[in-house]
Amino acid sequence: MNLNYNFTDNNKKIAYGLMGGGVLLALLGAFTIHEHAAQRIWANLLVNGFYFMAIALGATFFMAVQYAAEAGWSAGLKRVFEAVSQYLPIGCGVVLLCILGSQLHLNHLYHFMDPDLYDPKSEHYDEIMVGKQAYFNPIFYWARILAYFVGWSLFMRAFRKRSLQEDLQESVLRHRKSMDFSAWFLVFFAVTSSTMSWDIIMSIDAHWFSTLFGWYCFAGMFVSALITINLLVIHLKENGYFEHINENHLHDLTKFMFAFSVFWAYLWTAQFLLIWYANIPEEVTYYMDRWENYKWLWVFNLAINFVFPFLVLMTRDAKRRWGTVKFVGSVIIIGHWLDVFIMVMPGTVKEHWGIGPLEIGMLLAFLGLFIFVVLSSLAKAPLVAKNHPFLEESKHHHV
Amino acid sequence: MANHESTVREPLILGDKTWHQITEDISFPVEGKANKWWWIVFSISALTALYGIGCLAYTIGTGIGTWGANKTVGWAWDITNFVWWVGIGHAGTLISAILLLFRQKWRMSINRSAEAMTIFAVICAAIFVTMHTGRPWLDYWLFPLPNQFGSLWVNFNSPLMWDVFAVTTYFTISLVFWYSGLIPDFGTIRDRAQMQGKPLRRKIYNILSFGWSGNARAWHRFEELALVLAGLSTPLVLSVHTIVSMDFATSIVPGWHTTIFPPYFVAGAIFSGFAMVLTLLLIARKTLNLEAYITINHVESMNKVITLTGSIVGVAYLTELFISWYSGVEYEQYAFINRATGPYWWAYASMMTCNVVTPQLFWFKSVRRSLIATFIISIFVNIGMWFERFVIIVTSLHRDYVPSSWLIYHPSFVDIGIFIGTNGIFFTLFLLFCRTFPVIAIAEIKSILKSSGSQYKK
Repeated sequence: MNLNYNFTDNNKKIAYGLMGGGVLLALLGAFTIHEHAAQRIWANLLVNGFYFMAIALGATFFMAVQYAAEAGWSAGLKRVFEAVSQYLPIGCGVVLLCILGSQLHLNHLYHFMDPDLYDPKSEHYDEIMVGKQAYFNPIFYWARILAYFVGWSLFMRAFRKRSLQEDLQESVLRHRKSMDFSAWFLVFFAVTSSTMSWDIIMSIDAHWFSTLFGWYCFAGMFVSALITINLLVIHLKENGYFEHINENHLHDLTKFMFAFSVFWAYLWTAQFLLIWYANIPEEVTYYMDRWENYKWLWVFNLAINFVFPFLVLMTRDAKRRWGTVKFVGSVIIIGHWLDVFIMVMPGTVKEHWGIGPLEIGMLLAFLGLFIFVVLSSLAKAPLVAKNHPFLEESKHHHV
Repeated sequence: MANHESTVREPLILGDKTWHQITEDISFPVEGKANKWWWIVFSISALTALYGIGCLAYTIGTGIGTWGANKTVGWAWDITNFVWWVGIGHAGTLISAILLLFRQKWRMSINRSAEAMTIFAVICAAIFVTMHTGRPWLDYWLFPLPNQFGSLWVNFNSPLMWDVFAVTTYFTISLVFWYSGLIPDFGTIRDRAQMQGKPLRRKIYNILSFGWSGNARAWHRFEELALVLAGLSTPLVLSVHTIVSMDFATSIVPGWHTTIFPPYFVAGAIFSGFAMVLTLLLIARKTLNLEAYITINHVESMNKVITLTGSIVGVAYLTELFISWYSGVEYEQYAFINRATGPYWWAYASMMTCNVVTPQLFWFKSVRRSLIATFIISIFVNIGMWFERFVIIVTSLHRDYVPSSWLIYHPSFVDIGIFIGTNGIFFTLFLLFCRTFPVIAIAEIKSILKSSGSQYKK
């Protein structure tokens, strides 16, 4: 049994190729856009920065949940969760760059960072924004952003460190400590996952508000992480690793993917239905912007992220076929990128959007970077956390 | 297949039980005679139920003018109690369906009683919705009857209409799920009655068990049915309270119109449901001698669910509070200031203390493994969740857009009587259930004996 993952030269070439090709394509796209090119580049940076960061954060969350819930079936997969989570600091860095750019007025991603809004003499004076000034004042805002990024990254590193230590020495005590530690992370995550979505995404549409927004973002983030984990497991299985992982594990992972796709759609509906039904001008603007300029993408978002996996993954057999799951996963992982795209773009570039060489190029470049980081992390530690107390349960998992 | 369960896990059946002992222990309360305490508690519950039925009769005879609701606070205790009871009913379905999907073995000894509790709680909830229409004898108009019947079709745009469908579907599926699970256990009681020479009991349980044969084909179909019903129940757990929340959230009343309501109501429902399950089971395990099956480990797991859902509810409260300020909408801001500091501040404070603060005590292992502490906190949560609904309904309504119509709500003796009465009905039904039905699913608990029984953990 092959216990160590080998990040082959071939796979490295694919990752480099994606990065290089993506950057070239993006440059080509950037030079061919005549209007609002800079703003579009920044907005795309935010979309990709946030999306891949969210995947890594979602994987950290999933790992913590497995500990806190004392789940046995997933013990054999732990290193996959860990590998995906390793991208977190880089993802945070990209988002940080976007926010910093806005703070230095190199871009206009965050309307609330415009000082004129708070100046009574200015023609851009905005009373609603003045009401929110206490929350958006730069010191408080930056303190929050740094607290999220540093906090998550420290937690993620500590999880990894403990996990590698467990490999060297069998100890139930260490496992129990990791359980406690997971509980603390979950508390931190419960608060920050909501507040960060207000600070990084909801604040783009600075006037708009929705109490559900944080949980909606969480649902999308979690599904994306589950799909990534699932695709990575399939990749490992296809390359002859993970003898102890079989259809039963795939079935469970895919059940999660299915359930949280439905959960995402549930929250999507809850947010949309209530705003549409009450039809209050301050709230419906959000959907009006999307309906006017992004109509088909907006409809497509729901179809690809809900209807498609719902119908295809409904049966037990579908959830246990490697090929089917790989296909569905590969489609909805793009679907959830589109979901982030629709959250970011209307508030940043308005009707001047497009999905051309710039968007595709940047997505490919970030995908290459993500694959490179995740696969290198996977190669750095044995594929099986051998002293995990639930490993036997995972090996004999049967649904 | 060999047993691979990790030794780290605590046993779920204590006392080195054999297959036969399990049957004996669980059948005992059904076959034996009730003790003095059962009769005392039953009499109190039944009398309370009778008083409540009296108040209901008075309401039907006179009209809902007998209630304390006024022209500003049009919904008060009726809907508060309805939401409270429906919420309590959520734990049963969560345990039977969602915990089944998550393969939580500890659910095996609590699912039967939690499902029973669900049925009884939904019955109590139904009393309030049928009564609050004012003329309950015309309630069949809530269903979409053909026009030839003499009525116009109902308004499908109204969430109140969706509620009718959601709650009746939920009740039907929960009842079928619960009852179908009981069938093999009724068969067991019937067979034992035959051996004990009790022909009447044999006859009754034979009818109840639909003549359960216990052959392989019957078991196969039984398991298929359980799976299908679990699949149907899972979305129902979410849908019912989602729809209930939309009764409020689709409106434009400040404090009601908020998008977080659907998932937050569902979390709150599970929270209150588990609290009620704990209140009942802590008493049942003691009086029915089921300590070997409902262990401290079970109590701890339920307390963890309470901490989780209580914290979700806490995050939702704070999110609402924050966004009301962040929104910059004056009315929304006032609604929340009024909740926290207005004439009903005490209701808001009770809600916050009971729902957000007290469950946090379960972070201490000694507290969540203490039966007394668990019992007290479970009562706190029951009270807190009632106040949550009271805060949402009465506090949001009592001060509307026109200050001259601002009013304070006072419950009448009929309001109080009906509420206490439904508690009486609930406990009466539960006590009858404990004496006539096996409170633990005999067939299901046996399925985990070899992996989680104490003798297999040594």
